[in-house]
Amino acid sequence: MSNVYVADQPETAREGRPSGRLLEVEDLRVEFRTRDGVAKVINGVTYHVDAGETLAVLGESGSGKSVTAQTIMGILDTPPGFVTGGQIRFHDKDMLQMSSEERRRIRGEGIAMVFQDALSALNPVFTVGFQIAEQFRVRRGMSRRDSKIRAAEMLDQVQIPNAKQRINEYPHQFSGGMRQRVMIAMSLALDPEVLIADEPTTALDVTVQAQIMDLLADLQRERQMGLILITHDLGVVADVADRIAVMYAGRIVEEANVHELYANPAHPYTIGLLESIPRIDEKGQQLRTIRGLPPSLLKIPSGCPFHPRCPMAQPICPEKVPPLLQLGPTRASACHFAEELVKRD
Amino acid sequence: MTESILEVRDLVKYYPVNRGVVFKKTVGHVQAVDGVSFDLHKGETLGVVGESGCGKSTLAKVLMHLEHPTSGSVHYKGQDIYKLRAGGLRKLRRNIQLVMQDPYTSLNPRMTVGDLIGEPFEIHPDVAPKDSRRRKVQELLEVVGLNPEHINRYPHQFSGGQRQRIGIARALALRPEVIVCDEPVSALDVSIQAQVMNLLEKLQDEFGLSYIFIAHDLSVVRHLSDRVAVMYLGKIVEIGTEDEIYERPTHPYTQALLSAVPVPDPNSRKNKAIIRLTGDVPSPTNPPSGCRFRTRCWKAQEICSREVPLLEVRSSSDHPSACHFAEKREIVVSHEAGDLTDLPTRTL
Repeated sequence: MSNVYVADQPETAREGRPSGRLLEVEDLRVEFRTRDGVAKVINGVTYHVDAGETLAVLGESGSGKSVTAQTIMGILDTPPGFVTGGQIRFHDKDMLQMSSEERRRIRGEGIAMVFQDALSALNPVFTVGFQIAEQFRVRRGMSRRDSKIRAAEMLDQVQIPNAKQRINEYPHQFSGGMRQRVMIAMSLALDPEVLIADEPTTALDVTVQAQIMDLLADLQRERQMGLILITHDLGVVADVADRIAVMYAGRIVEEANVHELYANPAHPYTIGLLESIPRIDEKGQQLRTIRGLPPSLLKIPSGCPFHPRCPMAQPICPEKVPPLLQLGPTRASACHFAEELVKRD
Repeated sequence: MTESILEVRDLVKYYPVNRGVVFKKTVGHVQAVDGVSFDLHKGETLGVVGESGCGKSTLAKVLMHLEHPTSGSVHYKGQDIYKLRAGGLRKLRRNIQLVMQDPYTSLNPRMTVGDLIGEPFEIHPDVAPKDSRRRKVQELLEVVGLNPEHINRYPHQFSGGQRQRIGIARALALRPEVIVCDEPVSALDVSIQAQVMNLLEKLQDEFGLSYIFIAHDLSVVRHLSDRVAVMYLGKIVEIGTEDEIYERPTHPYTQALLSAVPVPDPNSRKNKAIIRLTGDVPSPTNPPSGCRFRTRCWKAQEICSREVPLLEVRSSSDHPSACHFAEKREIVVSHEAGDLTDLPTRTL
């Protein structure tokens, strides 16, 4: 294989902290039982994240990227959502088999999450200082005063000016970018090993987005966290990710390190996505489109879920689900013709 | 260039800020749009970019005369649209139409697609006689790439991209000359976004439309626009052709904005210099004196707080730029990076 790169090794692992594999999702299956029928939202998702690594989960709305994250965090709404199979291993222990008490202990300290919409994720009637300090009081048994001092330190770490005064303010007194910083401070308070960021900058302006992504990258490097970045933005992914998992209709259709994926995508859906985005550094380019619409999760097409929209579909595609085939040490593709695609160019 | 179809001069829109319940008192104004001037030429696309709160959507509303401006004028083919009375205004609206951002809330859920797209014909019965309306609607559906047989369906039976197509068909119904598009693709998924952008381009060629294309996504605006205006806090800070703005920007804000846009190419990480802006956008109720960008600008001098920089061509800039110190800056959007990995053109 000529196009195989060796994945960047994470920089020296932080002392006293296990390096290597932190979180592994294996063959996860989730369905939503709705009035209209059973929506198979996740159909066998497998990915992992190591210490100090950024995994980007890329997909359009309805691809199941956020539901996977919610399932990992254990905040899936049940009903309608039900986990019907698979494992989520954190340090080799299956979280789906744990008691709710054990899972609660992992949340915050083991795995934490940053949500897209910081305004609705924060409680409007408490000061941000109180909300951050709450974790120190409840989980670390700190006094009110000490926990508040720690909260101010956290705000300082996410570069909010005047942290000591601002901990006494309410979420609505912060701007969008600052609120997202508060969210990040809150999720990092208990020093988690894995951080899941679900579209952390989608609601923000570009200049603020750049600030927040920089901040996340810095904090991650400092703490050697594993970062799962969920996004639909191919630009943001190219900037920060080490590895990428592309999702479509509840499956991972391609996984590769970031350079491979952009230079030589191995799935027709990834190719279509890359060709359909306008680029700021190019002018007059022709936008190709992916024909048709993403499938309804109530009625996922047979075989390869992408076949009705795929320009290279063959008779085998509606017949057989293509497995996620390993093409090299760091890349895999779920297309019957992946090997031909990689060789092409 | 060809003739101007729309001439916008010194457009100002202030919204009063009131305090008190019984005795209302105006304590200030949100200066949403403050002295915006530009021309729209026939058959061109003028992109308007800016971050949230810069007044670009207010501009759309004022241009459509959905809001009356505080001052200023807009001439459509020589006619001041704010001096028109009801009848004249109704006629004018035939020529200037709006496509809105959110395809989920801008369509009445109780009306069928046929009613939604056919409604303009009810208001302007002289455009299409009653018996031909249904056929006209079906033609429009076909033009925007929807199945004409779906004429009796309701909006909820369509996806986001399809709904945006319905919105576009409705705007096209009266064969307007100008369409104001307010963030028409920002609510759509990547693969659908490209479909709608291609549709807008196709329609422009087919019907000779002029677009005012308002968006926050700089890549999308570059793709569609012939000329681009960059807004900050209610003012245009720089205006020029797509090349002038993206290749040779001279206003610090434009430069910062462009440098912050993520490029979908991992090789560009190395040679990318993001200009970091500090702080937040100031409140439009109480904008900074002089140049509104000076509070976040790395070039700010004493003159910036004293004098409002005019939007004009300066010796150091080949197109209008509202900065006392306008000058080119190398590599704002890096091309070098792109060359490394020019994606092979695939024929699929």
